[in-house]
Amino acid sequence: MNMIKKISIVISIVLGACQISWSQNVEMADNFRKEGKIYVVIATICMILVGIAAYLLWLEKRLNDAKNK
Amino acid sequence: MASITWRIVSIIIIIYSFIGGLMFDVPKLPILNETVRNLYFHVPTWFAMLYMLGYSMVHSIIYLRKNNIINDLEADESAKVGMLFGILGMVTGMLWAQYTWGAFWSGDPKQNASAIGLMMYAAYFVLRNSFADIYLRAKVSAVYNILCFMILIPLLFVLPRLTDSLHPGNGGNPGFNAYDLDNRMRLIFYPAIVGWCMFGMWLCKAGIKIELLNNEYDQKN
Repeated sequence: MNMIKKISIVISIVLGACQISWSQNVEMADNFRKEGKIYVVIATICMILVGIAAYLLWLEKRLNDAKNK
Repeated sequence: MASITWRIVSIIIIIYSFIGGLMFDVPKLPILNETVRNLYFHVPTWFAMLYMLGYSMVHSIIYLRKNNIINDLEADESAKVGMLFGILGMVTGMLWAQYTWGAFWSGDPKQNASAIGLMMYAAYFVLRNSFADIYLRAKVSAVYNILCFMILIPLLFVLPRLTDSLHPGNGGNPGFNAYDLDNRMRLIFYPAIVGWCMFGMWLCKAGIKIELLNNEYDQKN
């Protein structure tokens, strides 16, 4: 019984500490996400990377074909 | 060693353009908002395409003069990489257009012209694959490749300027013009172009090495 009491006290302290830290102003890149249309730029970068990856896959396929000839 | 050095340099420059392109200050412009940063990502793909296709044309000319099959391979592979960058430029440009011009495809003269250009180069690859004899293939496709590049330049840089285009520098556009490209942007924009051109050369050299593994080039080279 005493053990359970101790554990519950510890948990409540930890939770309380968490709540305090959550309510504080934590530095996050909120502005970065809010800034106008930045998603378009990120999507553009992803597209370029996907395109290069596709080209690399194709190169690999050609390499396999050349090896098997 | 030198071959590794410039490959690494190209990646370093591209990483610099990614970091700088996302974090450095940019002009605040209406409609464009943060998408002005696409200048560092969308526009260099077109420059890289032009560089690769120009490189391809130069090697086609050299092939016609020297008849060395390696020049034909260089022309072929760099045209393939140019096509990759062209498609990337097209797709990223369409996305950018959706959020600034209001439609993925608005029949803008430069959009149409670049679509025609890409189709001409698609025909180049079809033409190449229609020959069994590699020397005949090299000669005919070299001639067509030179023709393609000569048509591509007026398509992209002359015809859109003769009419009204949404693209900057081609008629009235509220987005940005030559004066908005301030020195802060040049600091990232020009290195990004160089980095992507070098990266394209990397892909091109890798493709040539793969093609040289094919048996058909064994005895003849």
